[in-house]
Amino acid sequence: MPRLRIVIIAAVLCAFAAVPIIASAFTQPHYLTVFGRVLIFAIGAVSLNLVLGHGGLVSFGHAAFMGIGAYAVGILNAYGIDDGWVQWPLGITAAGVAGLAIGSISVRLSGIYFIMITLAFAQLLYFLASGLTAFGGDDGMTLSSRSMFSSLIDLNNQVVIYYTIFAVLLLFLALQHRLVNSRLGLVIAGIRSNEVRMQALGYPTYRYKLIAFVISAMMCSVSGLLLANLTDFVTAQYLTWGRSGELLIMVLLGGMASTFGPVVGATALLLFEEVASAYTDHWQLFLGPLLLLVVIYAQDGIWGWLLAYEKRRPR
Amino acid sequence: MKPILCVRGLTKEFGGVVANNAIDLELVAGEIHAIIGPNGAGKTTLMAQLTGEVDPTAGTIEFDGRDIRKLSMHQRAALGIARCYQITSVFMDFPSLDNVIVSVMATQPGYRRWWKPAISDPTLAKPAALLLERVGLGGRERTVAADLSHGERRQLELAMALATDPRLLLLDEPMAGMGPTETKGLIQLIGELRENRSVLLIEHDMEAVFALAQRISVLVNGTVIASGTPAAIAADRRVQEAYLAADETRQHA
Repeated sequence: MPRLRIVIIAAVLCAFAAVPIIASAFTQPHYLTVFGRVLIFAIGAVSLNLVLGHGGLVSFGHAAFMGIGAYAVGILNAYGIDDGWVQWPLGITAAGVAGLAIGSISVRLSGIYFIMITLAFAQLLYFLASGLTAFGGDDGMTLSSRSMFSSLIDLNNQVVIYYTIFAVLLLFLALQHRLVNSRLGLVIAGIRSNEVRMQALGYPTYRYKLIAFVISAMMCSVSGLLLANLTDFVTAQYLTWGRSGELLIMVLLGGMASTFGPVVGATALLLFEEVASAYTDHWQLFLGPLLLLVVIYAQDGIWGWLLAYEKRRPR
Repeated sequence: MKPILCVRGLTKEFGGVVANNAIDLELVAGEIHAIIGPNGAGKTTLMAQLTGEVDPTAGTIEFDGRDIRKLSMHQRAALGIARCYQITSVFMDFPSLDNVIVSVMATQPGYRRWWKPAISDPTLAKPAALLLERVGLGGRERTVAADLSHGERRQLELAMALATDPRLLLLDEPMAGMGPTETKGLIQLIGELRENRSVLLIEHDMEAVFALAQRISVLVNGTVIASGTPAAIAADRRVQEAYLAADETRQHA
């Protein structure tokens, strides 16, 4: 990998790693919540990008998988099951099953039809969640406890939960880097590039698209598991189509051609929100033009724009 | 000799238009069979029915003694049917070598090694590089397909089709848009390919057809009007008339 890329990735990751130190130095503990949230959405965006950027499938329903993760923690907590070793595998499995069900119908379609059907399924799950009044519905429900991992990891400690989120992101980035360069990754890229040619070569493309969709859904659910723990709260609002849209914007903003782009996008969007919303309630009014500029002038996103320098240089 | 491909009564109607009308066709292993005919005769439709892209209205397709009419595109490809398209179909955003690597990988079935790196794997990259060399694209491995010339892209697609080591190779106008030198090289290459497989060749370049084919079928308005050795076809007056007449009508229209 070219050097500039490594330097920027290392710098961004070091900055994230330093957040707890800075937070305690400036006695600003809420930094941990703000940046923990950034990292959680980075995990969600990285997961979405497996199907979006690498697979060419524009899923407008990934908030559903995030929501499934959050509700796995919330519902089990309501029944008094706080064991993370139970909650987490169950949440990931539930997202895998939902991904299989939604994907098996959705990946038959492409383009606008794929977008609409993933949106429709996500809306279905949103209304289901908002109807679950026993678990808070739209008003949400506060967790009585965070996930317990024996005595190994104490998520109640803000610094520990922050670094846990950070570690998950690092793991996912490494996993996806490997996956994208694997045989499966090459098949997925081939389907994005020319699906008919892949079929003519003998690849059962439907099966491969479904595999990618399920992996992406399961990864995305982990961001929900973490979100419920960080906020001590679950609500149907986690599953709105606006949330799915935010994940899409993060990927587009950061750049969907790479594994790291979505991290940049999630960071940029949420920090922009954090700063701009301090000045005005209408901060989205300023987000619109910013997005337009990126779409028009930097189609590979902020990350692609940063790397343009690298491309101009002869290798 | 037992035919590798046996087509009986193959018919395709699009709405009221009959594109292929009760076509019978037999391909013997190790043979190059050319399909000639004026534009719009239904040649590409025939090929699309053989690969599974187009569903026949009626008729049977047997490949190696097995009815494949109900099989999907990828299943037929896995049995050993490869196609080069009239409009080149490659992975435009991939380097040439990666295009062939994906194709070589298609012959290694199973999901066991799905997790292993692909592009850097010498068991994929080496045969892929050899194939590029063979079709005349040696030294162009790192060039992205979109940056190749039209003719080079045709060569690339041929390398991809060969990578799956097909028993039946369907070539749809491989010479179209190629220069004289490139055409000569391609004629030689296709001639060599015949040794291990059958080739169904659609081509307008009559020089290439008569240099390569052991059998020629003439398709006019969706119907096979004659089939035989090149010498017999060349001497067939019906063929000359029908072929030329159809060509003239097109020009006058």
